[in-house]
Amino acid sequence: MSSHDNHPEGVAHHFETAEQQFDSGKLGIWTFLLTEVLFFSALFVAYTMYRDNYPEVFQFASQYLDTNLGALNTLVLLLSSFTIAWGVRNAMLGETKMLTINLIITLICAAGFMVIKAEEYGHKFHEGTLWGGHEHSIFQLDASKVDPEIAAHSKAWSNPDGEFSAAVKDLDPEFRQKLGIFFGVYFCLTGLHGIHVLIGMILLTWLLIRNLRGEFGPKNFAAVDFIALYWHLVDLIWIFLFPLLYLIS
Amino acid sequence: MAPTTNTLDRTNYLNATKGFMSWFWTIDHKRLGLMYLWSVIACFIMGGFFAMKIRLNLMPGAVDFATQTAEQMNAYNNAFTVHGAVMVFLVIIPSIPAALGNFVLPLMLGAKDVAFPRLNRFSYHLWIIGALLFVATLLIGNLDTGWTFYPPYSTGHTDPSVITAVLGAFILGFSSIFTGLNFIVTIHKMRPPQMTWFKMPLFLWAIYATAVIQVLATPVIGISLLLILVEKTMQIGIFTPELGGDPVFFQHLFWFYSHPAVYIMVLPGMGIMSELFATFSRKPIFGYKSIAMSSIAIAIFSFIVWGHHMFISGQSDLMSVIFSALTFSVAVPSAIKVFNWISTMYKGSISFSVPMLYGMSIIWLFGIGGLTGLFLATLGTDVVFHDTYFVVAHFHYVMVGSALFGFIGGIYYWWPKMYGKVVDGPLAKVGCVLSFLGFNLTFLPQFVGGSKGMPRRYAAYGSEQGFDDWNYWSTMGAMVLLAGLSIALFGLLRSFFVKGALSPANPWGGVTLEWQTPSPPPEHNFEIDPPTVGDPYDMSLVEYRGEVEGFLPVNPREDDPCVAYIAPEEA
Amino acid sequence: MSDSSHGSEGHIGHVLPLSILIKVFGCLVALTILTVITGKADMYGADLAVAMIIATCKASLVCLFFMHLKYDRPFHGMIFLFSVMCVGIFLAFVALDAESYQEHVKDFKANEIAEQQLGE
Repeated sequence: MSSHDNHPEGVAHHFETAEQQFDSGKLGIWTFLLTEVLFFSALFVAYTMYRDNYPEVFQFASQYLDTNLGALNTLVLLLSSFTIAWGVRNAMLGETKMLTINLIITLICAAGFMVIKAEEYGHKFHEGTLWGGHEHSIFQLDASKVDPEIAAHSKAWSNPDGEFSAAVKDLDPEFRQKLGIFFGVYFCLTGLHGIHVLIGMILLTWLLIRNLRGEFGPKNFAAVDFIALYWHLVDLIWIFLFPLLYLIS
Repeated sequence: MAPTTNTLDRTNYLNATKGFMSWFWTIDHKRLGLMYLWSVIACFIMGGFFAMKIRLNLMPGAVDFATQTAEQMNAYNNAFTVHGAVMVFLVIIPSIPAALGNFVLPLMLGAKDVAFPRLNRFSYHLWIIGALLFVATLLIGNLDTGWTFYPPYSTGHTDPSVITAVLGAFILGFSSIFTGLNFIVTIHKMRPPQMTWFKMPLFLWAIYATAVIQVLATPVIGISLLLILVEKTMQIGIFTPELGGDPVFFQHLFWFYSHPAVYIMVLPGMGIMSELFATFSRKPIFGYKSIAMSSIAIAIFSFIVWGHHMFISGQSDLMSVIFSALTFSVAVPSAIKVFNWISTMYKGSISFSVPMLYGMSIIWLFGIGGLTGLFLATLGTDVVFHDTYFVVAHFHYVMVGSALFGFIGGIYYWWPKMYGKVVDGPLAKVGCVLSFLGFNLTFLPQFVGGSKGMPRRYAAYGSEQGFDDWNYWSTMGAMVLLAGLSIALFGLLRSFFVKGALSPANPWGGVTLEWQTPSPPPEHNFEIDPPTVGDPYDMSLVEYRGEVEGFLPVNPREDDPCVAYIAPEEA
Repeated sequence: MSDSSHGSEGHIGHVLPLSILIKVFGCLVALTILTVITGKADMYGADLAVAMIIATCKASLVCLFFMHLKYDRPFHGMIFLFSVMCVGIFLAFVALDAESYQEHVKDFKANEIAEQQLGE
């Protein structure tokens, strides 16, 4: 076909111009971010609904979360957001080496975030501060079913040093049950967010490999731009998760 | 040889490349559309099998109310669950947008493909995975939750096949999201320069509104199903009352998607209707802008009415009243469309071709489905009708009557473009009429039975309850409907085996761009680019030409392939 | 281009000066520290409001600069705001409903307990 003879380089067959191709991609990624916002919305609604109806439960439960680790994770993600934004600038200007460095820092931050998150999760599994349906949860409605081993070393269960305002076993059963709900919401929200971080890490690695092959430059930076947008959204969600989960007083 | 604008003997998208992989790994929207089409038809046959199982089970005398066994009841629960889930997730939702939309949308835009062809292929492959998971569900267990997967039943001790079904629906959801995303970007960015928003065919407006719902609502069902999954496998507790959770909350999540999903099903059917009525009445569509805007209005309203599914679920009275009032708002844009279609027919030169017969059936079916919806939107009457066959009949009138009839009408309308074969004929008309009569015979009795209090989801009714007559006629109607649909499918398949009967580029006289390329289209859709964009409903732009047994532009361009093909013969 | 009415035209992408990126990052870090401080202090019942205002400020900074929305086609920002608006409607309706039917749940539970006691 004659129209293909003068088709611009690097533009797929069904697009007329590079600009049309880039704009389509950009609109596509923004539409995808919209679906991501809606994807998370259900859990935010769950959070709001339960917090609205049981504010005292959420206030109590929040003491089990480590604010310092949460704040540290916020800073780590913000740094990664900054480096990837810088990376987009590098890609646009063709600064390939700097882009590599920024991608690596972003990846390290993402991995650091996951390590800190794993640390937090591990602590919770150790202490039994889990959702109510978990067999090792200290928030089980039937207190006799709480694993004695977990109960023995879980400070929250027995409250030996007065760190918590009340020992879990002394709480009203319904209150304890709702504590389980808080942790259900906590694990779902942070877990889903963590999955997004993992997906982001895969995408960042892919970018890094492509960049090392020298594929990005002022005329071809769309992939960096779009994945950076996704990464910023992951950051945005954490920006809200942090105060909502960790800072309830 | 007679002059023709048919390309079956030349290179077209069907014969350009050969082999299984050339189809399975294709990024051509036309081939993907066809694969969706046949996959959806296969699933429709599967869902239809369970529909017949339900109807035969409910035939008076088939299962005795007093002596029915637990196995019989379980089998019945399984049948209606699988029927519902397959028909909703695998048939109606992908039918028009993914199958016909994929095929037609880029052609209508005069584009070479959708914006992201590889994403489009990925959507289809996701769809296949989802469908396979549903088949696995059928094989491994007795899914009996109803297609809504309500907790605490679905997350409790019921069959583990819930897991595969939910996972399947989750993956199908992503297929739907990516298709919607693709269509939004395609419509925004790939219109030819002369085609402004208000020169777009109405089918594209409908697909656009549908796509907006798909990308906004489907993620919510995705996360809800994911939560059901973790709830079932790990007892998270968010939906389980024993753990302090709230099952009504799931219903909110579920219907936040599933009510708009009704419009994912119906809107594209309405879009097809707009095309049919204009083309077959040989008149510009009446009230173009109001039809276009009513599609958008329906899409927006659909997001604020979901609570009318929950009037008796424990939802608060306050919200029930609000949702009931809001629900009535949807009736306005729906009615605008119906009145506009009727006005389009007024003083038109109507030809009763098969697609048009389906179109006119829909006016009746959607009329009944829509108007009975008002009874269900009204809080006071819904409390009585909820969980009776009145609801069943209502949503079948909307989902089958409008979406599925629109789908079949659309297949018949674009079949000549897809395969280059003519399908109009007495046999196809008989199929349409039988389907229409059978459908009404199936579901009108259910309205009556339902209004007399016949509850849904029962495996059998005692004859002393007085529902036997309604069930009898409903099952009879289902037989007629089965016959009608089978003939309709046969009518399509037969066209492959009839020699000749080649379709011209424009057999119906449509003015939208897909009719300006030969049938079947070449690999990259158009041999000239860009094609001439005019008013999509100005019927005076095309005229009937006896020598090609179809329509051609009145003032063709010199390089118009459809004219070029016949020109040598004329000369 | 069919959508030429939207926003700036004629170039692909917008290169953000490094100084702006650094300033924005600095603001984000400062706001994070601020939110931790206010979160730990007694804010007389306004904790949630303060935390949300700070989070929204941070989110706006990320959107406007890191995500280039300030320089991008306005339509992309509209898409994003639209999604937030949808979440808002969703959230408001469900929260309003859940709050209203809690009374019924409590009544139901109270009845259940009363019946159990009667049984005993």
